[in-house]
Amino acid sequence: MGLFDYLKKKFSKNEDEKNIKPVEEQKVASIESPVENSDKSLSSSSVEGKEKIKDNTQEAYARGMKKARKGFMYRLKSLTSIFRKVNEEYFDELEEILIEADVGTELTFRIIDEAKQDAKVYNIDSPEEINKLVVEKMFEGYAQSGKSVSPDLNFVNNGPTVLLMVGVNGGGKTTTIAKLANRYSKAGKKVLLVAADTFRAGATEQLGVWANRIGVDILMGEDGCDPSSLCYDGVRKAVNEKFDLVIVDTAGRLQNKTNLMNELAKMRRVIGKIIPEAPHETFLVIDANTGQNGIDQAKVFKEATPLTGIVITKMDGTSKGGIILAIRDKLGVPVRFIGLGEGMNDLKEFDLDEYLYGLLLVEEDED
Amino acid sequence: MAFESLGDRLQGIFKKLSGKSKLTESNMEEMLREVRLALLEADVSYKVVRDFVNDIKEKALGQKVLEKLSPSQMVVKIVYEELTELLGSTDSELKLGQAPSPIMLVGLQGTGKTTSAAKLAYLFKNKMNKKVLMVAGDIYRPAAIDQLETLGKHIGVDVYTDRSGTKPPAIALNAYKKAKEEKYDVVIIDTAGRLQINEELMDELKEIQKLVPVAETLLLADALSGQDAINVANSFNEQIKLTGVIMSKLDSDARGGSSLSIRKMTGVPIKFAGVGEKVEDFEIFHPDRMAKRILGMGDVISLVENVQENIDQEKTMKTTRKIMSGNFGLDDMLDMLHQLRRMGPFKKILSMIPGMPKISDEQLEKGEDMTKKMEVIVSSMTVEERKHPEIIKNSRKQRIAEGSGTDAYQVNRVLKSYEQMKESVKRMSPYMKKGMTESMQKDLMNQFKNTK
Repeated sequence: MGLFDYLKKKFSKNEDEKNIKPVEEQKVASIESPVENSDKSLSSSSVEGKEKIKDNTQEAYARGMKKARKGFMYRLKSLTSIFRKVNEEYFDELEEILIEADVGTELTFRIIDEAKQDAKVYNIDSPEEINKLVVEKMFEGYAQSGKSVSPDLNFVNNGPTVLLMVGVNGGGKTTTIAKLANRYSKAGKKVLLVAADTFRAGATEQLGVWANRIGVDILMGEDGCDPSSLCYDGVRKAVNEKFDLVIVDTAGRLQNKTNLMNELAKMRRVIGKIIPEAPHETFLVIDANTGQNGIDQAKVFKEATPLTGIVITKMDGTSKGGIILAIRDKLGVPVRFIGLGEGMNDLKEFDLDEYLYGLLLVEEDED
Repeated sequence: MAFESLGDRLQGIFKKLSGKSKLTESNMEEMLREVRLALLEADVSYKVVRDFVNDIKEKALGQKVLEKLSPSQMVVKIVYEELTELLGSTDSELKLGQAPSPIMLVGLQGTGKTTSAAKLAYLFKNKMNKKVLMVAGDIYRPAAIDQLETLGKHIGVDVYTDRSGTKPPAIALNAYKKAKEEKYDVVIIDTAGRLQINEELMDELKEIQKLVPVAETLLLADALSGQDAINVANSFNEQIKLTGVIMSKLDSDARGGSSLSIRKMTGVPIKFAGVGEKVEDFEIFHPDRMAKRILGMGDVISLVENVQENIDQEKTMKTTRKIMSGNFGLDDMLDMLHQLRRMGPFKKILSMIPGMPKISDEQLEKGEDMTKKMEVIVSSMTVEERKHPEIIKNSRKQRIAEGSGTDAYQVNRVLKSYEQMKESVKRMSPYMKKGMTESMQKDLMNQFKNTK
């Protein structure tokens, strides 16, 4: 059974039953691989927390990606009706669809070339079959390009877990931090925010407002103070006062500014002075609107501070966020969370099924 | 940069083609494929690329390759000219009308509206002597008002705020009235980031345009953005009629191809470019420079302008003459480095020189660090020592090292660079008499490549 069939079946069934199963049960058998946990000291977060957190995930994807998916599978499907048999022109159209989703030329050409070859070898000429092939290639490509990682934060057993948030300017770090803090605070974790974006005017105040609203603690420094020393103080405070989770906000920085990237590496080192394994998680925030520069962003940030995941934000817009596929393909960094709206609960664990489904879903009422 | 520049890409293909005197369909095919790839990788919209490449093909077919140009250079020339044309062949100025002129900034979240509001205000205040009022119209994002207030304080521009829950259109109107009474020249309205598909928030912008005679509605377009940028710009333009675009984050290494898509599909001119984190890092948009950037051709014009603005020409001439005469001291060398430093960070300058081999950020920073160290070391020398560095022997070195908080090794390095500079001047002076010839430029480039 092709993935596309599988997705269609799965989701139409779910919609009928109005019954949303836990994500664990929805995994596709063929790509299921054990969650790798390289560090024995890491364990998953509490089960109760997960139950609370996993509400309405599917709805959120469907609602949030409503605009993004308009077009994608719809276009694939409409192509099918235009082209009775697959020819060069059809593949050109497929190429256009992928490139317009910001998947990038390299990965797109590879997917299309492979699909062309398979089509030849297996004598496939129906557009439907070709579409399936393309979708499967995207899916498999993602699964095979790196480790399979559980999207939820990996909490350490002893002492605070430290999460460092990094990214370019305007990607949505501060808002994402608020959403993550809300998520884990609701799940019963004692959360500390460290407002280490001491550069942008109003950044500290912005995080302060969020901390207040959510009801979590925050460590703030003076505008322009050394972010590394603030990190040091924050992590020390978290150890002394037995926090479960420390989330460190950092100033947005363009990856071609070496000074700022060095500053980030320093922050990481300073955190490691208090807890040698920390930061346990480092998330790169990528705006769904990001073009091909996203690959460079991931590459250079990864060099400055090893990344354990990506958070793709602003997926409630019309952008398709295809750059995450290109990043995964080039660098193997997994997507952990996806921002699907402005609401506090609109940050969801990334699920490849849901993401592709969101992109590919065809709505009957579309013109 | 993640991608090769178009120039690099074409270089390979060009070799095969050398000697062709006319551009034909067959000899151009490969080149056009590279042009297409370069544009797609620069995030130019797929459809725009398709049309563009077709146009280029038509324009180029049958054209004779100009003397002194290779066929590939000819194609680059055509592509560059066409790009410049499309990006808007003239610089577009703001049309302010009657004072106070309201300028509204709009765009998606995180594109740089608040930062650009401050940069624009700074430009009006400092370069045009205008009395500026900024309006904090983003009442949704936490602390957005604080951010604008802080920026306003920093640049000495008044900020109109209203924290009582008044809706943005009313805030804009009240601010406009105040500006009229108090004789402000320009009113810059910051607005909240919004999706172009959020009807409620888009209506809010329409409402502002109704209540206030907005002279300019400027869309923030992020240089990092990808294929969807064109849909965003189209939709904003359809709903609230844009008068211009500000490209933000052009200090990134993104190619910024969305600028081309936006210009071509909406016809709205790009007016400004955000080029750094500081308030003064804001420029008039230059289509020709952008064309070069998309193609990866360097930015000669920016360099020239930078040089003219920042270098004290007379002093430079004097220093240069002195250095060229071979009769110069450490002070003169420092002067020269100072002049260079005033043009901006080395990186910025070097990146503007086309054909300059890529130098890593680290190398560049080392260079800047060394210059600073050099200054410290030289300032610990006596006047005599600076004029005649050859008199610096061991005991003097020791004293200079102590005085500058360095060591003898670093003092030696400064002296060595000085000697090297003197040496190269000696070699260069015969060329200098003839003026810069092409062969000399080539020599220099080769030398540069070898040292790399």
